[in-house]
Amino acid sequence: MPERTLVQAVRDALYEEMERDDRVCVLGEDVGLKGGVFKATEGLQQRFGAQRVLDTPLAESSIAGVAQGLSLEGFIPVAEMQFADYSLPAFNQIVNEIAKVRYRSNGDFSSPLVIRAPTGGGVRGALYHSQSPEAFYCHVPGLKVVIPSTPADAKGLLKAAIRDPDPVIFLEPKKLYRAERQEVAEGEAALLPLGSAAVVRRGTDLTVVTYGYMRAVTVQAADRLSLDGIEVEIIDLRTLLPWDIESCVRSIEKTGRLAVVYEANRTGGFGAEVAAELAERCFASLDAPVSRIASPDVPAMPFNPTLEHAFMLNPDKVADGLRRVARY
Amino acid sequence: MPEANGLTPGRVLEAYRTVLRARALDDRRFVLNRAGKLAFIISPRGHEVAQVAAIAALQPGRDRFCLYYRNFAAALACGFTPEELMLSAFARAADPSSGGRQTPGNFGSRRRGIVIGSSTVGPQIPKAAGIGLALKWKGEGALCYVSFGEGATSQGDFHEGLNFAAIHRCPVIFFCENNHWAISVPQALQVAGPGVAERAAAYGIPGVRVAGDDFFAVHAAVAEAAERARSGQGPSLIEAEVLRLQSHSTDDDQRAYRGAAELAAEAQRDPIPRLRDALIERGWLSMEADQTMRDEVNREVERATEVAEAARDPEPGSLGAHVYADA
Repeated sequence: MPERTLVQAVRDALYEEMERDDRVCVLGEDVGLKGGVFKATEGLQQRFGAQRVLDTPLAESSIAGVAQGLSLEGFIPVAEMQFADYSLPAFNQIVNEIAKVRYRSNGDFSSPLVIRAPTGGGVRGALYHSQSPEAFYCHVPGLKVVIPSTPADAKGLLKAAIRDPDPVIFLEPKKLYRAERQEVAEGEAALLPLGSAAVVRRGTDLTVVTYGYMRAVTVQAADRLSLDGIEVEIIDLRTLLPWDIESCVRSIEKTGRLAVVYEANRTGGFGAEVAAELAERCFASLDAPVSRIASPDVPAMPFNPTLEHAFMLNPDKVADGLRRVARY
Repeated sequence: MPEANGLTPGRVLEAYRTVLRARALDDRRFVLNRAGKLAFIISPRGHEVAQVAAIAALQPGRDRFCLYYRNFAAALACGFTPEELMLSAFARAADPSSGGRQTPGNFGSRRRGIVIGSSTVGPQIPKAAGIGLALKWKGEGALCYVSFGEGATSQGDFHEGLNFAAIHRCPVIFFCENNHWAISVPQALQVAGPGVAERAAAYGIPGVRVAGDDFFAVHAAVAEAAERARSGQGPSLIEAEVLRLQSHSTDDDQRAYRGAAELAAEAQRDPIPRLRDALIERGWLSMEADQTMRDEVNREVERATEVAEAARDPEPGSLGAHVYADA
């Protein structure tokens, strides 16, 4: 199997799905000859032409609106929002139009499409290239929300998202785009179902539920706790909507403790939903309060490196938080 | 004799019947609203002739229609029956647009090519551009018709949709029903300059303004735009000037912000008598035939109301249906 970075895996998934199904098309800003600002669509226009790989005007609401129009006519658009921060001008199209079309038509219409966007910080992207807006979309029934954290997951989940009958928001942690290379399967063997979490580290003392870039940070934090004899079990949700509650419950019933680690700011983050749901389901199994380890409630991540560092979770901060839960 | 664009006396009379049907149904809906039986209505009163004339120039069943909430008469012209629209007014389970989920005025029917609407203003405009792009790719000569009020032209989605459709020469007809009022905000506070049609120049597409009470003028403008769309020449913008002879909705009372004299003067300019007179002048309609048609329409409205009032509501257990494909 070839070794791929996460962004290469995204590109491979698009390539394979466009080869497999000629209804699949790509649209967005700079997705054509440039191949996207992160190179996620590199070479696609050269292979599939300027119709199926369409450079759009710089206007996100119409990127989403046009994508929905294409989906209503039987095409399967994969729209790129250049940064997740810039999906907000398309918020009405996504939330009121795309997400609700099946429900409001009593099942007569549907919009199978994917909206991809790089998400998260830690790359000196500052306030408007670093946001983690997944909670906005997880609050919307009708959408599915995916955040992969490895090249193989990115490829398998994106292929599944493209084949899904419902609209999928596919958020790619940009910090991970080139962070590691991994062997990634090709074709059907690469497919991964949506809605299935991965237990990425086995442990007996404490469960961590996390996703995206925070998976890697939590693994490093867990290695430090292991030196102190505390074994952390880490669950990477991979799909946030719908999320794999049962895998989390099974782990908590074993460990009796739960921390939720997420990169977005703390209040109203998707981790708050995870914490609430699992506290309700696992109350009798819990030996400690459920803890959220998240970023501070400031509007966004500053440009200055000292301030960026102060905002971002890192293995030290996460390890401190996990020790508190373990020792409660 | 204006029989260009496939207009025959028979087709015009059928369109006139649709106009009468829309008015009679709407009048009945208002009575039912005041009687406490219908929660909320948006009236097409004053827009009916423009709407039906536009649809008469198109091909329901082949073309796509992104309608907005005042398009009650357009929905009838696209093939909705009086009974179906009454089921929608009563929000019954058998409402074909949404099974009673949306307020009446959000029309949708996949088999008729009517793309389900929503209640936010303007999002159908870029969606129509996308549908137009898909129709262009399919190359079957179909077009997408999208309508909206002049208030919607203040939305960014208006610009984004026209811009996209113009760049890609999508087969789309942008049809603005300018009734000069967005709830209580007059056109002067919505649009600088003479109106909406001039904006087409900014996108490099044709823009025309027509009198919305002139059936033949509206029909000709839409037929010309359709010809452009079907022959690969791209989108057009049409601004039909109409009157809003009713308040914005049953929850609004325009007497609070419009003068009594102005409202009385506009009521005298109701487009339906004008169309009737034009048909009589052409010798296509007599006063007697007009009355017969109105009687027939009124009986249809009676039947539609009886059926819809007696129809069942959606089951509470259906609340969670159709959120996703598998649920």
